[in-house]
Amino acid sequence: MAITSQPSADGQELTIFIQGRFDFGAHQEFRDAYERVNVTPKRYVVDLQGATYLDSSALGMLLLLRDHAGGERAQIRLIHCSPDVRKILSISNFEQLFHIA
Amino acid sequence: MPSPLCILIAEDSPADRMLLATIVGRQGYRVLTAGNGLEAIMIFARERPHMVLMDALMPLMDGFEAARRIKQMAGEELVPIIFLTSLTESEALAQCLDAGGDDFLAKPYNRVILDAKIKAMDRLRRLQATVLEQRDLIARHNEHLLNEQRVAKAVFDKVAHSGCLDAPNIRYLQSPYALFNGDLMLAAFKPSGGMHVLLGDFTGHGLPAAIGAMPLAEVFYGMTAKGYSLAEILREMNAKLKRILPVGVFCCAVMLNLSFQRRVVEVWNGGLPDGYLRRLGSGERIPLRSRHLPLGILDSSCFDDRYEIYPMETGDRIFLLSDGVLETCNLGGECFGEERLLGVFAANCQPDLLFGEIQQALSAFRGEAQDDVSLIEVSLMEQGQLPHSPLIFSDSGQDFPLDWSVGFEFRAETLKHFNPLPYLLQLLLEVQELRLRGSVLYTVLAELYSNALEHGVMGLDSSLKRDAQGFAEYYRERRARLANLCDGYVRFHLDLRPEGAGGRLSIRVEDSGPGFDVQRMLERHASTEHLSGRGLKLVRQLADRCSWAPDGRSVCVEFSWPARHNPPDCQLAQE
Repeated sequence: MAITSQPSADGQELTIFIQGRFDFGAHQEFRDAYERVNVTPKRYVVDLQGATYLDSSALGMLLLLRDHAGGERAQIRLIHCSPDVRKILSISNFEQLFHIA
Repeated sequence: MPSPLCILIAEDSPADRMLLATIVGRQGYRVLTAGNGLEAIMIFARERPHMVLMDALMPLMDGFEAARRIKQMAGEELVPIIFLTSLTESEALAQCLDAGGDDFLAKPYNRVILDAKIKAMDRLRRLQATVLEQRDLIARHNEHLLNEQRVAKAVFDKVAHSGCLDAPNIRYLQSPYALFNGDLMLAAFKPSGGMHVLLGDFTGHGLPAAIGAMPLAEVFYGMTAKGYSLAEILREMNAKLKRILPVGVFCCAVMLNLSFQRRVVEVWNGGLPDGYLRRLGSGERIPLRSRHLPLGILDSSCFDDRYEIYPMETGDRIFLLSDGVLETCNLGGECFGEERLLGVFAANCQPDLLFGEIQQALSAFRGEAQDDVSLIEVSLMEQGQLPHSPLIFSDSGQDFPLDWSVGFEFRAETLKHFNPLPYLLQLLLEVQELRLRGSVLYTVLAELYSNALEHGVMGLDSSLKRDAQGFAEYYRERRARLANLCDGYVRFHLDLRPEGAGGRLSIRVEDSGPGFDVQRMLERHASTEHLSGRGLKLVRQLADRCSWAPDGRSVCVEFSWPARHNPPDCQLAQE
């Protein structure tokens, strides 16, 4: 499990990259990825290209990020979702809370 | 300040013994001495030294035997034994280690090496002590945790299983430790005799997953018993979980409202895999899709309580499953998956065996136990085959007056959002004599209310409901008209009077609709078996008297009861 994050040049957007299994084991790393940065981004992107698996704790972690990013006002995009990941997100109807691409 | 290291020296030569005692004593250690093996084990038993320097060859009992006995006495604690020996053959040295020795020191003694060995052995001894201490601590914690879990599970079982999972129309499969997987299964009879069923799956594992189950179960049972509707219960559960759970913890859930009389099921699915409604006759399989976010995520203002309605016939079955079913893995790490599940459905010939076949397919697939599976089958039975459930109510112990009447008028804005039935029922159940007929009362109130609202106020035509398609159409139309309702009313008039030593309740329900031809309606219902019209027939069967105003705009039902017979224990108390 490796989670990294990269702010955009203007500091407005933070992209979080997920590698491997996205489950409870990634909890601390995922939080660090958006809490331990020196920027205050307006938008967040979670890049799931490298995510092989996603479980309900990962959905919980996404909700924590949403909360951190302002709850109802949060702007979060989930990108590069594989069909499996997309299916899990859609069963939980997370498209109501996140932009999924 | 820890006590200084205490070292026992067992050596038969007095000169060597003195020499060693002096060297060791000068290092600041406490010294005990013994002249042979027997004396050594006696001193060990009495003084419990931390370490032993042991001569191999001694009279009475040699060092090998003494070492064995001392190791035995020491048990799990490490008491290092360093053999003092002039033996040099490897076989003899090996014998020292076999007897439990940890090291040896060759004569003549070198002060520096002796001290280094004592220090090394002391480190080893402390390490062992720490390991044992931590092992015991972990064991204690673990026992504590297991005990807490046992207690939590016992309490939870009382709450969660107070329902009717054992009803003859339900079959289920659930790990005994499901609570700590965050899985939850609830079922309860409604006052009307129908049934609410909930399958829930909290995020995560262990205590955090279990913690939300209790309030959820309380809301489910409490509100179901009081006659609240599916949507109202879901709303309350969502609000409660949202309020008490931390962000990121939520509950995927499917909830069913099964009505045996009206032969319909209402389904709300938020975040669980597709459930299935399987028709007995055609074998058709209708997926019950997740259309909502799980419970505990959205604010009440955004929560969506819209559900789907399907007509059901006797023998139709509903299957609900947790994602543990689809994620059951085999030894190769492959998931069972939806396709295999649907394969089991497709291969099934006898509907009655399907539940068992799914179970078999799962255990054959996973090989060995890896039990994180919740699966429930609910079928529609004839009402008569189900046990009659008593209503739960809180008793103030006081007699409620028997001579009163009260009227309510619910107008459009209220009809849109509010379900008056639980309030009316609670009021009537204050009257002790009515409690035994609580579910009958509820059923009658519910039928009269929905007739007044749907056909009277909103003018819906029940003949639409003659087939499954019309049925769906009917409920779509109902939703649309209700949302746009801007005038109209439903009135309830409850009148309670003593009658001899007993009493009588009359309920009059009136609506703002145009009324209908009472005579024709009664004739039509007498002649045919419709998807519609079951409601009125039921009311006429259940109430003691039932009559319509000639214009069809109001209906009056009556319940009466004879003089009260006090139960024997009450009589005793009064004497």
